[in-house]
Amino acid sequence: MRHESRRLILLLLPAGIFFAAFFLLPMARLFFIGGSGKTGWAAYAAILTDAHYFSSLLSTLGVATATTAATLAISGISGVFLQRHKFPGNGALVAMLTLPLAFPGVVIGFMVIMLAGRMGLIGQVTQALTGEKLVFAYTMSGLFMGYVYFSIPRTILTVMAAAEKLDPRLEEAARSLGASPWRVVLDVIIPGLKPAFISAGAICFATAVGAFGTAFTLAAKINVLPMVIYTEFTLSANIAMAAALSFVLGIVTWLVLAVARTAAGSSVAAAG
Amino acid sequence: MTTQAGKPLAIALENCAKTFPDGTRALEPLDFAIHAGETVVFLGPSGCGKTTTLRIIAGLEEPDAGGRVLFDGEDVTRLPIEQRNVGMVFQSYALFPNMTVAGNIGYGLRIRGTQEAALKARVGEMLDMMQIARLADRRIDQLSGGQRQRVALARALAVRPRALLLDEPLTALDAKLRDTLRLDIDSLLRSLGITAIYVTHDQAEAMALGDRIVVMEHGRVAQIGEPREIYQRPATRFVAEFIGTMNRLTGSAKNGVFSCKAGNLPWAEAPANATEILFRPEDIRVAESHEETGLQGTVAAAFFLGDRTRLFVEVGEARPLVIESTARRAFRHGETVRLAIDPRGLVVL
Repeated sequence: MRHESRRLILLLLPAGIFFAAFFLLPMARLFFIGGSGKTGWAAYAAILTDAHYFSSLLSTLGVATATTAATLAISGISGVFLQRHKFPGNGALVAMLTLPLAFPGVVIGFMVIMLAGRMGLIGQVTQALTGEKLVFAYTMSGLFMGYVYFSIPRTILTVMAAAEKLDPRLEEAARSLGASPWRVVLDVIIPGLKPAFISAGAICFATAVGAFGTAFTLAAKINVLPMVIYTEFTLSANIAMAAALSFVLGIVTWLVLAVARTAAGSSVAAAG
Repeated sequence: MTTQAGKPLAIALENCAKTFPDGTRALEPLDFAIHAGETVVFLGPSGCGKTTTLRIIAGLEEPDAGGRVLFDGEDVTRLPIEQRNVGMVFQSYALFPNMTVAGNIGYGLRIRGTQEAALKARVGEMLDMMQIARLADRRIDQLSGGQRQRVALARALAVRPRALLLDEPLTALDAKLRDTLRLDIDSLLRSLGITAIYVTHDQAEAMALGDRIVVMEHGRVAQIGEPREIYQRPATRFVAEFIGTMNRLTGSAKNGVFSCKAGNLPWAEAPANATEILFRPEDIRVAESHEETGLQGTVAAAFFLGDRTRLFVEVGEARPLVIESTARRAFRHGETVRLAIDPRGLVVL
């Protein structure tokens, strides 16, 4: 028995060391640096009371939520489709879909500008059609577009792997009971893909909260936390505030993911 | 019982063939009528076309151009399964893992917009009928295989389908459960009087459940008939070998006697051109010492099974004869036994 527990501790050690070195210690250090500035611990309160910080926190979470929702919708549909229908060029298309993973955030920002910037394609088309130029690359909409673009690959691959494991008999059973194709999607396919949606959605959300390169490229009017942290750190040299913001960014993301996970878990139990 | 929508459904297949996109012919053109209230079993090895036939009837596959499926004379060939109102039961159960037992059984009714009270009553009725009332609130992953298949049956029958289609429903279960559930399915089908189509590769299941059996091989019908007919008068060698055990003796017939390596068998009606005779283990026995018989062989193996002894007797053919002996005696390996065959059980193909 004692031998067994010693073995378990030994096996736990790598994870423990990793967790301490790369998570606990930096976070703790960050937490204390956040309270070491001129204003002391008030830096944490400022995140909620200062309108600039608070609005950037809200818009960060907002754009991350919207990105996650849009990505799951797009990837869910395309993932299942690509898994079910094999056509010539299917493999090449799937490979191409994973391409955005290789691009740094800067390149993605550049692509958004080429599409929706002042000289962008959308601007030219809308000017030709309505006489008014539609430009949204340098706003939250542009950022949202960029984030969806680079979130799709990971999500689509996860969905495709999950779609492969769906039992086609389940859909046939539902249809034999009178379910329309839409009901089959609602009652069989979405519940079947739910675990994949949760794990892919979590990664997608966390990435969108922390992404920096794209926001930096689009710059200007975009007020998201990573940008604010960068400004505080490099331009104002307000290291304590940057640390406080970083710490809160980490905690809030962790909290949102934990809540999403529990909610999903309990809804699974309730439905079952 | 109040499970039927009305009178049972008659199903007809006309010229139904199925070729898959890769060019393989899963089903050769088939014409077949299933009478109202009848249980038809499609029997054959895997890949014989039996499941394809079931899926065409269900509406999960469309027959090749020119084929038609008729429900009570009405052409339903282009009607998708969700509009055919047929109950399906699968080998893998196919229960919805995100719903409880009661949720699964009530699913079809909920889709039809059945009122809550009526839905509850019907689900309760089905739970009682399948003797699974105590499982109503369980999750699917808390059920055994046998319980799952009962839930699947209840779910399929809850919507009062016009016909019940079962695709190898007992194959995933262990032998003992298979026997119990087979009995239950049998009494269920008899009491409901519903038209049922049952696909299996297990000949014992087919014999027990089928009013008629359709034996299939390589996408073709090998024989259609009642179980007794299929067993006693197989139309082809495939049917003879696939269903039950068949003994075989090769030789020639002359003047009412069939001669083979094991000896001579008097058989008045022997066809003159018979070079091979087939018979079941129950039609041959070890002769008593006072009996006259011209056949004999050597015991190659003897297995005492309690109520009988299964003997394998070497008679110089490709395979030893299988004999189920009820004699109250032991058989020794290498012992010479004299054999008696009941000519009424002889089959010539």
